[in-house]
Amino acid sequence: MFSLERWQEIFEAIGKNKLRTFLTGLSVASGIFILVILLAIGQGMSNGVAKEFENDATNRISVWTNVTSVEYKGMNPGRRIEMDNRDYNMAVKKNSDKIELKSGVYSRWGQLTTYKKESGSYRVEGVGGDYQFLENETLVAGRYINQNDLNYFEKNAVIGHQVFLDLFKGKNAIGEYIDIGGIKFKVVGVYTDPGGEREETRVFIPLTTAQRVYNAGDKLRSIAFTLQKHDKYKDALAASEAFSAELEADLKAKHTIAPEDNRAVNVNNTLENAKRFYDLNNMIRWFFWGVGICTIIAGVVGVSNIMLIIVKERTKEIGIRKAIGAEPWSIIGMILHESIFVTAIAGFVGLIFSLILLQLVGPFIEMDYIRNPSVDFSVAITTVIILVVAGAIAGFFPAYRAANIKPIDALRDE
Amino acid sequence: MIEIKNLHKSYHMGKNSLHVLKGINFSVSEGEMVSIMGSSGSGKSTLLNILGILDEADEGTYTLDGTLIKNLNEKVAARYRNKFLGFIFQSFNLINYKSALENVAMPLYYQGVKRNIRTEKAMHYLEKVGLADWASHLPSELSGGQKQRVAIARALASDPKVLLADEPTGALDTKTSYEVMDLIQGINDEGKTILIVTHEEDIAHMTKRIVNLKDGLIIDDSVVNQVRAKNEAYV
Repeated sequence: MFSLERWQEIFEAIGKNKLRTFLTGLSVASGIFILVILLAIGQGMSNGVAKEFENDATNRISVWTNVTSVEYKGMNPGRRIEMDNRDYNMAVKKNSDKIELKSGVYSRWGQLTTYKKESGSYRVEGVGGDYQFLENETLVAGRYINQNDLNYFEKNAVIGHQVFLDLFKGKNAIGEYIDIGGIKFKVVGVYTDPGGEREETRVFIPLTTAQRVYNAGDKLRSIAFTLQKHDKYKDALAASEAFSAELEADLKAKHTIAPEDNRAVNVNNTLENAKRFYDLNNMIRWFFWGVGICTIIAGVVGVSNIMLIIVKERTKEIGIRKAIGAEPWSIIGMILHESIFVTAIAGFVGLIFSLILLQLVGPFIEMDYIRNPSVDFSVAITTVIILVVAGAIAGFFPAYRAANIKPIDALRDE
Repeated sequence: MIEIKNLHKSYHMGKNSLHVLKGINFSVSEGEMVSIMGSSGSGKSTLLNILGILDEADEGTYTLDGTLIKNLNEKVAARYRNKFLGFIFQSFNLINYKSALENVAMPLYYQGVKRNIRTEKAMHYLEKVGLADWASHLPSELSGGQKQRVAIARALASDPKVLLADEPTGALDTKTSYEVMDLIQGINDEGKTILIVTHEEDIAHMTKRIVNLKDGLIIDDSVVNQVRAKNEAYV
């Protein structure tokens, strides 16, 4: 199989049958090319969807309140419900073994923030130290709000990267004082958020400070939790659903809200969203694998078809070779060797072209739902090998039959 | 060299069976040049195919150079064809994408001869048939006579015991036919055993012995005075 003589014989046949070789190669190469691009787009969609869900911690449970919509125990609908520290403490106390991260939030929209001559209007949120991880934020400079800030009502602020760019124009911000609604805050940190600019135009200050400076007493605008991690997604989802339901019921009981009122208290469970995301991602993946497998099947059929034609076309040649002393296995070997060589080379050419295309174009594709399409290299190699092996198996049978035709019959074939 | 006893061969096509060879007894010794004649359907091609180990007899024995040819598998048959026999066909049967030289070298490839030796030997045989200058040409660039010469060179390349020619001049005009026959006669003069199937009287008379076949039986087997192709005036 690996003798130099055989290789010379094959290169001769390939060299003299350029069109046939080219067409075989083209069909294999384009098949692999399409398959790889397809898988890459699938991966890109998967990435894009993942990106959409990257903003917050994936197992976050958020609670916020609104006005009641149902009359209950003699109270009219339209009553505004406000949570306070006691609600937060109750929930924390009751579920201390389940909760991993926790923070109450008191926020104000559109606060005029000034540094020297630069100013902007940003959302200001009073939060606890865990809020960094609840929002999936990363610090680029300084530190986050800490327990000390909360205990001593420090006027410290952590600003978003966009705020930093707006106010400080890239100069050092840490230790500088910014003016928020007439009160000086010291910048202690700068964060980035995968959610992008919208999430980075915020200023975080200690919750206790916020409640004090905005005269809010112990009121809270919202509460955010994450639960302890579970090994299995199913367990995590069940636990978080149970937690959400219980919390909602507790708050409704405490604030005298009708159990059926689904406007007054909102509990948003991102894990449920995450489930949709996982399902969607799985569907995308299955869909593209389905299409990919069909493409491979089409490719295999194509290669087999070409092999059949090649063998048919060479029947007479096979007869001549047999008449002058070729053994059947040397005929089969010759045909398969040639076809495997051509399909393998063509397969890798298609693979390389598609990978180059992905490398050049892929990183620039950042549409909403397709992001950095790429393909797992081992998967791509595997598909090439499958195609080559399948082509060889499909080619073997006609080659075997041709090699076993009596030479006189083959010679008679015109 | 060739020893055939009581050879039978029938073809089956559906329910019909056609008894082509009905007991052939025939022998050829080394250095002979024999022509097998007969009208179409007389079984001469079938006989040649059996002699060429391209087909197998139903009954009877066939001994080639002391080796009994019977129940061979394809692999052994291929080896024997390569070792014992050289074929010349009416339709030349050259491989059309290989040059004259490569075609001649083919049997040597299947003998496992190294490439440079192969080329050297093939060139030698091409010279012998007078086509050294055409070595790199493809069959499509050669005339019918030249193609048949290439085929003869190829048949000689493996240095076989017997040359089998099936209507070697069937596709050639008279002038070219005689040139080819002259070449074949020359090869015979060097001692090679040659069998030619033909239905042309003049070609048959250029051999040394004529075997006449009719309806699957030998009706006449006689030694003749060989006519040298070189001396023949073309019509």
